[in-house]
Amino acid sequence: MSAYWWMWVGIVVAGLLSWATKLAGHSVPESWLENPRVHRIAAFVTVALLSALVAVQTFASGRSLTADARLAAVVVAAVLLWRRAPFIVVVAVAAGVAAGQRALGWG
Amino acid sequence: MARLSLDATRQQALSVSLATGAYGLSFGALSVAAGLDVWQTAALSLLVFSGGSQFAFVGVIGAGGGAAAAVATSTFLGLRNGFYGVGLAPVLRPLRGARKAWGAQVTIDESTAVALAQPAEDLPARRAGFWWTGVGVFVAWNAITVLGAVLGSRIGDPADWGLDAAAAAAFLALVWPRLAHRRAQAVAAASCVLALALTPIAPPGVPILAAAAVAIVAGWGHPRPEEVPE
Repeated sequence: MSAYWWMWVGIVVAGLLSWATKLAGHSVPESWLENPRVHRIAAFVTVALLSALVAVQTFASGRSLTADARLAAVVVAAVLLWRRAPFIVVVAVAAGVAAGQRALGWG
Repeated sequence: MARLSLDATRQQALSVSLATGAYGLSFGALSVAAGLDVWQTAALSLLVFSGGSQFAFVGVIGAGGGAAAAVATSTFLGLRNGFYGVGLAPVLRPLRGARKAWGAQVTIDESTAVALAQPAEDLPARRAGFWWTGVGVFVAWNAITVLGAVLGSRIGDPADWGLDAAAAAAFLALVWPRLAHRRAQAVAAASCVLALALTPIAPPGVPILAAAAVAIVAGWGHPRPEEVPE
């Protein structure tokens, strides 16, 4: 089989594994989630993963850490959130702050 | 601009879908540059449907790696979607049959974040957040992936428009309402520190996944019910 078709096999297998992972989460028996400890951990897990995601999206550049235009944008976003600005304003201003800095050549 | 009469949840879902979808341009272009054809690129977005996993897949191929290594990396990066399903189960139940199969496919960072950003007592808003964002991102991501693959390197970098910072700001805004109590703030802070500490030394995917350990520590003891970010 040619490399081209092996690539197709890889794509389909990656898709099946991705879907199986997602499905597994939804298939955890209800009785498990009724356990207060599991329930609390599940509630904290989404906060933990999404917070880590924000940190990585703000500072990571491949496998190194940088403080660039994204950081200033996220700081501005945090201030706007604290001032209770609407979601769309927060996102649009963050994009503008980062784009503006890059247009000025500030990274 | 046309006045949209969508409620706040749907507006959030729509803006997240468009901002995330725009990244499909990047993915499509990168995938073709890595040597996949337009059909393979489109199939990745349809079947894998998880941005981080897809970028990792074509990254491995572009770096000269084989399909098996690409599958392993992509699957590892997608493991957090499994945790999301556990968190969403109480919101979406009962979920069965074709609806469950489809709901699983659109369980990603964005749909989870928008769902859980809605007030815990407003179940319909949480469900709307999940489905509108999941389906919205699915449509935008797949359509724009094809566009990116066809246009290839002729398109600019989404970072020039600040879309990378917009994504980080959007996730911050979505997790914000869950950070009302001290314990949740501590979990968020510890997760950020852990993820950043691991970024230079651990393979991609590990830094975010490792934050689950913070959640286990936080939930293991007996926090007062109001401290748990429902």
